Amino acid sequence: MKAIRPWSARAWLATAHVMTGPPVAFVLAGLTLVLAVVPPALRVGMPWLTRVQRSRFEAFLGVRIPPVPAAPTLRTSSLWRQIGYHLLSPLVAVVSAVMVALVWAGGLVGVSAFLPPLVQPPPLIFPIDLRDPVVLAVYIALGLLLLFLAPILARAMAMLDLSIARTLLGPSHQELGQRIETLTESRAGVIDAADAERRRIERDLHDGAQQRLVSLAMNLGLARATLRDLPEPAREAIERAHEESKQALKELRDLVRGLHPAVLNDQGLDAALSGVAARAPIPVRLRVDIERRTTPTIEAVAFFIVSEALTNIAKHAAATRAEVTVRRERDRLHVLVYDDGCGGARLDGGTGLRGLGQRIDSVDGTLRLHSPLGGPTTIEVDLPCE
Amino acid sequence: MRVVLAEDSVLLREGLIRLLEAAGMRVVAAVGDAEQLLRAAAEHRPDLVLTDVRMPPTHTDEGLRASLVLRRAQPSPAVLVLSQYVEERYAAQLLASATGGVGYLLKDRVADVDEFIDALRRVAAGGTALDPEVVAQLLLRGHSDPLDRLTPREGEVLQLMAEGRSNAGIGRQLVLSEGAVGKHIGNIFTKLDLSPAEGDHRRVLAVLQFLKIRSLP
Repeated sequence: MKAIRPWSARAWLATAHVMTGPPVAFVLAGLTLVLAVVPPALRVGMPWLTRVQRSRFEAFLGVRIPPVPAAPTLRTSSLWRQIGYHLLSPLVAVVSAVMVALVWAGGLVGVSAFLPPLVQPPPLIFPIDLRDPVVLAVYIALGLLLLFLAPILARAMAMLDLSIARTLLGPSHQELGQRIETLTESRAGVIDAADAERRRIERDLHDGAQQRLVSLAMNLGLARATLRDLPEPAREAIERAHEESKQALKELRDLVRGLHPAVLNDQGLDAALSGVAARAPIPVRLRVDIERRTTPTIEAVAFFIVSEALTNIAKHAAATRAEVTVRRERDRLHVLVYDDGCGGARLDGGTGLRGLGQRIDSVDGTLRLHSPLGGPTTIEVDLPCE
Repeated sequence: MRVVLAEDSVLLREGLIRLLEAAGMRVVAAVGDAEQLLRAAAEHRPDLVLTDVRMPPTHTDEGLRASLVLRRAQPSPAVLVLSQYVEERYAAQLLASATGGVGYLLKDRVADVDEFIDALRRVAAGGTALDPEVVAQLLLRGHSDPLDRLTPREGEVLQLMAEGRSNAGIGRQLVLSEGAVGKHIGNIFTKLDLSPAEGDHRRVLAVLQFLKIRSLP
């Protein structure tokens, strides 16, 4: 534990925590006993009592104790752990408060020994001759020592209380395990939903805006080709509209392709990646060995890994060639992207690779980057398929 | 020229009909899915089939599959496939089935009316029309292969041949005389080991070799 000075804010907060302990604990223990008269009331009331203690820990110690879900039945273990804490805490709180108060008081008495006897305790209790300078010196030294010990003790007691509270008021291992399970499931749901949403937007744009734009561009093209005897300004306006509609088509196509390439759905990773590899400005050797197609989400993640990695290589690596290998081994999909560029790629550097890491994390995949300065760079990704 | 048209968007189907008829072609059937396309093609025996890739019921690549079926039929009609995206894999599948009378273009190309009509006529006459984007994708691929022996200029010429241009067309595009284009093409044939015995067919063979090497993984 870091030594804390008696006059620091932390020392006062820890002391305040310990000193507010007994009154709060006694009131809450009393209320617990009252609620226990009608057991079902415990289920409703306990979260409120616990909330009081949690806010005390947060206010004085700056520590947030993770909340537990409301107990569904009277037999829920978290409910009984909370009751246990509220009944045990008066004892802990009183012992702590008394110890801390005694040490503070001893320290104050010690350092105030040089004051006139009026403010000194009566000599009945302290049969020590304070007029002897040596005794006085020892007395003050002891007082100072206690004064320095007091905040440490207060802190120690507060930490003891905190660890008990964490165990009894916070979620148990089992509850945390369940929570992780729920989170994992809901995360997978969110990711699948996001992926499905991208596919839906892609399809909507394909069926709607893109067709309409093609039709518009075609009509403008037809007008441009047939209306040759129009006045110059009108012809120019048609020409400009025609060119702009074609540009809009191209931009929309690039956008939609980035959302979700249709060929990925139709023919899988091999076909989609061969398009990506072909569009890369450097030679890319592509090997895809997948017997059974994986889920659409994993396919999409693998696709974006390769296309992001190749984009990064084109932008930063100054490579002359790259290699992409995608291989499925039972329930794992291995993706390896190699380039002979200048190396020095970092996961926390540009946005490209960081985004990659996030996407891989989101499906519980692993990413290994080997990129010494001077190259070559290898990105190895391992994704679960099932 | 008699055309069967398959396109699921009514808007675009109507527009294409107008466009084709304005160019003096006859649309003998205009349908909205692949199954009807196969039926219409069998019934009307058109000079050209013009089809979208993505159509009902699955909205994936049924237009392409139907085209592959048509290409295997005897006699097979010329097929021009239009798509919102060009994918080299689709191009490879289309081209692998037979030689000549095949095209694969981005839908955007219908906006350049004259060039589009040219492409339709070329395909109907047994030629090829490949979207410059597909060709660019194929050209970018850098396996070690006989094509590496071509000079950049010869590569450009071969690319334009693959798009289906004539020597005169290639000359105009690259600002070369027709004679110079002929010389480049001669070099390409030599480098790709195509003997004169193969005659005019060499042009198609060169393009095919180019496409095969570039598009197969």
